Amino acid sequence: MNSTAQIALDASSVRGATYADARVVAIRNRSLSTKNGRVGHASESESLGIGVRVIADGAWGFAASAELSRAAVEAAAARAVEIAKAAARVKREDVRLAPEPAAVAEWTTPYRVDPFATSVEQNLDLLLKVDAEMSAVPGVTLAETGMNFQREESWFLSSEGARIHQTKYSTGAGYTAYAFAGSEIQKRSYPNSFGGQWQNRGYEQIEEMKLVENARRVAEEAVALHHADQCPEGVTTIILDGSQLGLQIHESIGHPIELDRVLGMEANFAGTSFLTLDKLRSLRYGSELVNVVADARQEHGPGLGTFAYDDEGVAAQTTPIITSGLFTGYLSSRETAHTIGARRSGGTLRAEGWNRLPMIRMTNVSILPGETPLSLEQLTAATEDGIYMETNKSWSIDDKRYNFQFGCEIAWEIKHGKRVRMLKNPSYSGITTEFWNSMDAICSRDEWALWGTPNCGKGQPQQVVGTGHGASPARFRNIRVGSAYKGS
Amino acid sequence: MLTEEQAADIFERIRRFSSADEVEAIFNGSRFALTRFANNTIHQNVEEENSIVSIRTNFGGRTARSTTNQFDDQSLQRAVEASENLARVQAPDPDLLPMPDADEAGSGTGGASPSRFFEQTAAITPADRAEVVKRIVSVADQHKLTAAGIYSTSESGEGIFNGRGLANWHRQTLAEISITMLAEDSSGWQKLNSPAVGNLDPAWLAETAAQKAVESAHPREIAPGKYTVILEPAAVLDVVGFIFWDFSGVAILDQRSFLNDRVGGKLFGENINISDDVAHPLQAGSPFDGEGMRRRPVTLVENGIVKRVVYARATARKLKNSVYAGKVGPIEPTGHGFPLPNEVGEMPMNIVLGAPKTPQSVAEMIASTERGVLVTRLWYIREVDPYEKIVTGMTRDGTFLVENGKVQCGLRNLRFNESLISMLSNVEAMSTPMRACGEESFDMVVPAMKVREFNFTEGTKF
Repeated sequence: MNSTAQIALDASSVRGATYADARVVAIRNRSLSTKNGRVGHASESESLGIGVRVIADGAWGFAASAELSRAAVEAAAARAVEIAKAAARVKREDVRLAPEPAAVAEWTTPYRVDPFATSVEQNLDLLLKVDAEMSAVPGVTLAETGMNFQREESWFLSSEGARIHQTKYSTGAGYTAYAFAGSEIQKRSYPNSFGGQWQNRGYEQIEEMKLVENARRVAEEAVALHHADQCPEGVTTIILDGSQLGLQIHESIGHPIELDRVLGMEANFAGTSFLTLDKLRSLRYGSELVNVVADARQEHGPGLGTFAYDDEGVAAQTTPIITSGLFTGYLSSRETAHTIGARRSGGTLRAEGWNRLPMIRMTNVSILPGETPLSLEQLTAATEDGIYMETNKSWSIDDKRYNFQFGCEIAWEIKHGKRVRMLKNPSYSGITTEFWNSMDAICSRDEWALWGTPNCGKGQPQQVVGTGHGASPARFRNIRVGSAYKGS
Repeated sequence: MLTEEQAADIFERIRRFSSADEVEAIFNGSRFALTRFANNTIHQNVEEENSIVSIRTNFGGRTARSTTNQFDDQSLQRAVEASENLARVQAPDPDLLPMPDADEAGSGTGGASPSRFFEQTAAITPADRAEVVKRIVSVADQHKLTAAGIYSTSESGEGIFNGRGLANWHRQTLAEISITMLAEDSSGWQKLNSPAVGNLDPAWLAETAAQKAVESAHPREIAPGKYTVILEPAAVLDVVGFIFWDFSGVAILDQRSFLNDRVGGKLFGENINISDDVAHPLQAGSPFDGEGMRRRPVTLVENGIVKRVVYARATARKLKNSVYAGKVGPIEPTGHGFPLPNEVGEMPMNIVLGAPKTPQSVAEMIASTERGVLVTRLWYIREVDPYEKIVTGMTRDGTFLVENGKVQCGLRNLRFNESLISMLSNVEAMSTPMRACGEESFDMVVPAMKVREFNFTEGTKF
C-alpha cells in the first residue's frame, strides 16, 4: 500500500502541490445484536480506499477514491490539486503547517485476543445469554444487546517523508432492558448506555465486562423505576458515576477545547466555543481538584482516542487541559498550532476513514482521579444530603458549550451518608464553568475507568469517531436538578 | 459512478458465488463534493467517489449481511462467504419472510416519481462552488459579518436486486447550501437543499442569514417560562422529527413507541395532518425501501387523530397476528422497511405536513403576536421522556423577541423542555409547507408554526 500512496504523492507534486499526504485505509467491522431472545442483526463490512490531502496555491484540497489502480489514484491526486486551486480563489492567507519530524513507524493496538478470530457463535451465545437473563425478569418489555469490533489498518505517507503503518482495534458491547407500563417507558443499560463500553482492545475486554453477571440486576432496576419517586426539582448536591462524568467531560470540556471550533471553523454546524484565545492560562475553569488531560498515548490506557500517530503523522502526546482548575491547553493541529503560540501540533487530527478529511478530534480527554484514597462508598458516606445519578439517558448543550442539561437513567437520594430511595427521571443542568468550579470531591484511582464514546459527530460532511474519557465518580455542590420535567 | 448495468453484472457474479437459498444485493454509489468556508475563506474542500454493495443471504429463516466497496471477484467472494457464515450459525427466525419478487414489491406500479436527477447539479465543479462561496462572502463583507458554511453537490445511484428477479434502481442529485453569518454577539443562519441546483438562491440565503445576524445584535435576556413561539420551518422540522421513529409497527410491538395505546385517538390539534409521500414534488429519495418494496403514500395523522403507522413486510404479518390487531389502524406492508436484518423495522422518512386551511406567512404570525419568541433554528435536541415525548434543546442563530406585532430585538438563546404532544396540540397558525432541512432530523416538507405555551426552562450566556 505504500507504493499506492507514493503514486498519489508523486502525482500531487507534478500537479503543483507544495505539500501532500496520502492515507490508504482498510477497515473491517463486525456488528451483532439480539432483541428479545433472537438475533437482531448480524453483519460484517469492509471498506478500502485512499484519501489525498494537498496544499496548492496556499489552500487545502482533498479527494478520495475507493479504486486503487494507478490511474484512479493519479486522478484523485489531480482532483485534490484542482480543488485546492479552486479554494485558493477565496482565501485570506496561506495555510501554515507547524513543523513536524517525518516519522517512520509501525504500530498496532496491544491486544490479547483478536476479536475477528473469535467465532460468531461464541459472540452470539454470549449476547443471547445476557438477553435471556434480562427477558426473564417480569416487567421487562424489551431486551436488547449489541457487540461491535473494528480493525482499521492505515498507511500514511507525506511529501515530507513520513511513512507510518498503524493498525487499530476497537471492541464494544453492552445492553439495555426496557420496561413499558402505564404511561412510562423506563430503561437501564450496562455497562453504559448507547452501545455499552468501548475501548481500543481485543476481545479480552468483552470477557472482562461481566456482562451476564449484571444482566438480571440491571433489568430489575428498569422495572423498579416504575415504582420510584420522581426526581425532585431544586438545587442540591449531586454525585455522578464515572460513565456520566465521562460524557460531561466530553460535552463541556472536550468539545470547547477543540481549536478549530474556537477559531470559528465549525461555526455553521457544530458551533463555536466560549473558550476564546484570551482565556488560555487565565480562566478558572474548575475547582482546584479539577485536573484534565488530553492524552492519546498508550500509557494513558486503551481508550478510543489512543494511537501512536494522528492522521497527519504527529506523534501521540499528552496535553494538560485543566491544571488545578486553571485552563491550560487546547486540542490543536499542524495548521492551528501557531494561533496559540505553539511550536508543534498537539497531535489530534483524525478522520473517520479513507474518504474523510482529518480534523481536530478529542483523543482521551480525562479527568485525573483524586490523590487521596476515596471510594464511591466513602464519598456517599461523607455526603449529608444529595442525589447520586448513574448512566446517561439524554444530553444537550448549547453551541458555545455553556448551558447543558443531562438526564440519567437512575438515581438514588442520599440522606445522612446513605442511599435512602430510588429516584426516576433524574436530570441536572447548569453552566459549564460554574459546574466545574462546584466540584468538591473526586474518587481515587480504584474507581477510575477509561470510558469510550463511540458516536462523536463533527464536521461537514459529518464524521463519527470514537473518543475516550477517563473519570471516577465526583461530587458537585449547588446543582440545579429536575428542570427537564419543569412545566410538563 | 456505478451504473445500473454495472450493478446488474456485479449481482450476477454474486449469485454465482453464493450457495444460499436466497441472495439480495443493495448498491449505493455516489460522487460527493463539499466546499466548506469559515472566517470568510474556504478552509476545507473535499470530493469523494465510492460505491458499496451490501449482500444479504438467506438460509431457511436465517439471514445476515456483508458489505464491501471492492468489486473484484476475490472481494465479492469474501463478502458472500462472510454473509453466509454469519447467517448459518443462527437459529431460524420464524418471522423472516422469503424475499419479495417484482410483483409483490410493486415495481413499476403506483405512478412515476418525479425525476430527481438533474444534469445541471451533477455538472457543478470546484470552481463553480468557489464562485458561489465568493458571492456569499461578499454579502458578509457588505454587512461587516463573518460567514461560515457549506456548499455541497452530489450525484448518486442506489439499487436493490434479488434472486427472485427484483431489480430496482434510482438516480438522484442533490445540492445543499448552509450559511451562518456571525456578528460580534449575534448570528443568523439559513439552509436549503434540492435535487435541482437551480432551486437554490445563494444570494437570498446569504442576505437572509445576514439580516438575522444584524437584527439580533446585542441580544436581551428574558426569563424562562411558557411563551408563544413562531418556529421557522427548519426549527419545526428538527423538533417534530423526533416523533417519526415511533410511527413504526416494530416500535409498537417493542412497546417503545409513544403511540402504544394511542393509535386511533386524537393526540394532536384538529389542524394537524401528516402524511408520508415519497412522490411529493418537494420530496427527495428513492421510491423503494430496504427490501425493494415500493414506498406507498400513507396518511399518518388526520385532523389530529393518529390513523396508523408504517410497516415492513414481516412487521405487518407479525402485527396482524398479535394483540395489537384491530387497535392500530390498517396493517399492511407500506414500503417503509429498512434493509434486513435490523431491529427497528421501518420508519416514514418522506414526511409532508398538511397545508392549513388558511396559511399565514411568518410576517403575519408576527403581526398577530402580542408577546412571543421568533425562532430561526433549534439545536442539540434530545429525547428526555420517550412516552410523553418531551425533548430538550436550545435555540440558535437568530432568536427574537416579538412584542405588539413586531420583532423588537434579539434574545439570548433559551433551553426548552417541551412535550411534542403538547406542542402539536397548541399550534395556532401555520404557513404553506415548504421543503426544509436542518441538522437534527431528516429533510421534510413542513410549514412554519405559531405555537402557544412553548416551554423554555433556562437561558444561556449568549
